[in-house]
Amino acid sequence: MESIPIEHGLILAAILFSIGLIGVLTRRNIVFVLMSLEIMLNASGLAFIVAASRWGHAEGQIMFLMILTLAAAEVAVGLGLIIQMFRRYKTVDINELSEMKG
Amino acid sequence: MIILFYLAAAVAIIATVAVVLQTNIVHGLLYLILSLLAVAVIFYVLGAPFAAVLEAIVYAGAIMVLFLFVIMMLNLGQHTQNQERTWLTPRGWIGPSIMAAILLGQLLNVISGIDYEIVPTQVGVMQVSALLFGPYVLAVELASILLLAGLVAAYHLAKTK
Repeated sequence: MESIPIEHGLILAAILFSIGLIGVLTRRNIVFVLMSLEIMLNASGLAFIVAASRWGHAEGQIMFLMILTLAAAEVAVGLGLIIQMFRRYKTVDINELSEMKG
Repeated sequence: MIILFYLAAAVAIIATVAVVLQTNIVHGLLYLILSLLAVAVIFYVLGAPFAAVLEAIVYAGAIMVLFLFVIMMLNLGQHTQNQERTWLTPRGWIGPSIMAAILLGQLLNVISGIDYEIVPTQVGVMQVSALLFGPYVLAVELASILLLAGLVAAYHLAKTK
């Protein structure tokens, strides 16, 4: 069976993580920011699966399950906050939330 | 198998870039689902079928449906899309992109020292669950408490007065 260099898997995870980071830093729509956070969490999960595949162990998959749980809880709370924000400010622009200045 | 890995990697990167550059929020969500499914294919190729199935069911299924519900509730129209277009100026994204590129360069520099060929072996559901309900049973319980806390918090935050 053919083999895959471990570098390529980790490079893919690093690229996906960087794209997600660009999304978090540049977007002003809070729904897109939450989606970019999902991309970053998913990229770290990919890195764990690549490492698990390198050693042939199941521990990496267990860490992926923990990341999955974390992502689900984070999205539930984040979307609840987005709904509350939209109800109060009638916008999804995160710059509208900058009223608490020093 | 190895061709499948590189194809799925290309699809994942293109779809993820499309998510970040999208102005229509529903199109962005569909690209994100495509990206997650491509990552699920990569998991399968790397010999983690259980993680691949969970990625497809939980990530691309449950979490994305949650996003879709909220987008439908917010009911953002053409106005928001035009606003998004004015926000996505080169002046806004070029600085963060340079910083992210520097971070990516450092990550690649660290990774490039590792030299190992993965020969994927299937690690199935049985091995994962034997560990999950053996030495890691405390982590499972903590994860369930985390999910319960998330449920209570989401209910409280989204409640109308």
